[in-house]
Amino acid sequence: MSKTFDRRDFLKLGGAAAALAATGCATTGGAKARVVVIGGGFGGATAAKYIRMWGPNIEVVLVERNADFVSCPISNLVYGGSKTMADITYGYSGLKRYGVQMVRDTAFEVNTTAKTVRLVKGGDLKYDRLIVSPGIDFMFEEIKGYAEAMIDKRVLHAWKAGPETVALQKQLAEMRDGGVYVLAMPVAPYRCPPGPYERICQVASYFKKHKPRSKAILLDANPDVVSKGPLFKKAWAELYKGIIEYRPNTKVIGVDGKAGVIKAEVEDVKADVLNVVPPARSGDIAVKAGLITHNNAWCAVNWRTMESLAVKGVHVLGDATLSAPLMPKSGSLANQHAKVCAAAIVALINGREPNPNPKIANMCYSFVSDDEVIHVTSVHQLDDKNVFVPIKGAGGVSSARNTLEGKYAWAWAQNIWADMLG
Amino acid sequence: MRITLVCAIALAVAPVAANAQDAGRNLAASCAMCHGTSGHSVGGNEPLAGMPKDEMVRKFKEFRSGAKPATAMHQISKGYSDSEVEQIAAYFAAQKK
Repeated sequence: MSKTFDRRDFLKLGGAAAALAATGCATTGGAKARVVVIGGGFGGATAAKYIRMWGPNIEVVLVERNADFVSCPISNLVYGGSKTMADITYGYSGLKRYGVQMVRDTAFEVNTTAKTVRLVKGGDLKYDRLIVSPGIDFMFEEIKGYAEAMIDKRVLHAWKAGPETVALQKQLAEMRDGGVYVLAMPVAPYRCPPGPYERICQVASYFKKHKPRSKAILLDANPDVVSKGPLFKKAWAELYKGIIEYRPNTKVIGVDGKAGVIKAEVEDVKADVLNVVPPARSGDIAVKAGLITHNNAWCAVNWRTMESLAVKGVHVLGDATLSAPLMPKSGSLANQHAKVCAAAIVALINGREPNPNPKIANMCYSFVSDDEVIHVTSVHQLDDKNVFVPIKGAGGVSSARNTLEGKYAWAWAQNIWADMLG
Repeated sequence: MRITLVCAIALAVAPVAANAQDAGRNLAASCAMCHGTSGHSVGGNEPLAGMPKDEMVRKFKEFRSGAKPATAMHQISKGYSDSEVEQIAAYFAAQKK
C-alpha cells in the first residue's frame, strides 16, 4: 500500500500530484522547499495561501478530506433560519490561483523522523516543514451511551459544521410544537466559547417564530456563561423569555437515545432533540504525530513560530493548540495563528530570523437574533517567554446588542472566508 | 535551475535579522479577517488597500481617542503603538486599490 509518489502517479493523478514527485530543498538541495499542510480550515487554508503569497519559492501542498469548506462560524444561523448551508459553504478552487496544490485525502499518520505524511488513499508526502491544523475530535467515550445513540442520529453534536448541521436543522424542523431541545456543553476550554449561547439564541429564535410552545434548555458544565455573559443573559431575558432555560454547573455523563434522556450528574432531562457536545481534544492526526503535550488533549507551541514544543519542524494551528492565556479557540485566531506561522516558515526557509514581535487580534461576533449581534475582541502580543498575552486596555465587548454589528459580522464572515480561500 | 540556486544560497547563509519591511505586512495581516486580504475588502467593511497613509493614521488615532465613533475599532486600536500604526498605514498605502 505505502509508497512514495513517482512520475507515473503524477501522470495518473494529474495536477494536484505534481507536488508529490518533488523533494524538498532542505533535504536534497535540489528542488523547492516543501511545506505540507494538514487540514483546510481557518488555520490550514490561511497558512497555505499566505506561505505562497509571501514565499513564492516555497511549494505548498494542502491535504484536506472534504470537497468544500463548511464554516462553523455563522452555522448557528442555519437553525435560526436566516442563513442556509449554501451561505456557509465555500470551495477550495481559489487556492489554486496562489499555487497551493490540493490533495483531497486524509492524513493517516506522520513520520516525524523521515518527515513524511502517509495518506489514507495511499502514498507518502515528503515535507521540509509540516503544518498540522486538524481542528478537534471528540472524546465520545466520556459520555455513556453516546456512541450507540449517534449511530441513528438520536444524539448530535453539530460542533463541526457539515452533515451534523444539516441533521440538527432537520430534527428541529420535524420537532412538534411544545417539544424540548437540549444543548449540553462540556467544561472549557472548548471550541468557540460563545458558540453555545449563540446557538441557544438561534434555536429559540426559530421556536419563537414557528413553535412558540417549545423549550430550549442549555445544560452547561461551566459555573456560568463563559463568554459575553451579561449581553447573552440580557438577550435571553428580553427576547426569549419562557423559551430559554439556562442551567449552569450541569455536567452531562450519559445519553439514552431510545428513551430521549440526557443524564447529568444531578438530574435526568427528557428531550425531543438531543444536542450533546462531548469534551474534545486536538484532532486525531495530532495525537498520532505525537504533538499532544497537555491533559491528553492539546498541543503546546512556541507562539513566535507556532512550532510544536514536542516535535521540531512541525507547526500546529488553531483549536488544536494549548490555548495561550485568555486566547479563545476561534476561527479568527486560527486565521491569525496561520499568518504568524506563514511569516515564520517563509523566514526560516529563506534563512532569516522569524519575526520577534508578532501581534494578533481576535474578532468574534455572535448573533443573538436574525440581525442583532454582540462582539468580543482582544489584541495579543508576545511576552519574553514566546507566549501570547492579551494587551491590557485593548479589546472589549459590545455596549449592547445592535443591528449595525449584524452587518459587520456578515462582512467579517465574507472577508475571512475570502482571506483563507479566495 | 534558478530555483535550485536560490535554495542553495538560502541554505548557505546564516540566519539574518527579520526583514524590517515585513513588519508592516505582518501587523497588517491581522486586519484582513474583517477588511480583506491586503485590505481588499470583498464587501461590508471599509477597504484599506490604497488608503493614503496620513488618512489611515488619522482615523486610527481618532478611533483610539474616541473622537471617531466605532463598534469595535476603538477597542482594537488601543492595542497598537504609534509606530505600529505608521507601519500598518504605510503597508496599506502601498497596496493597489
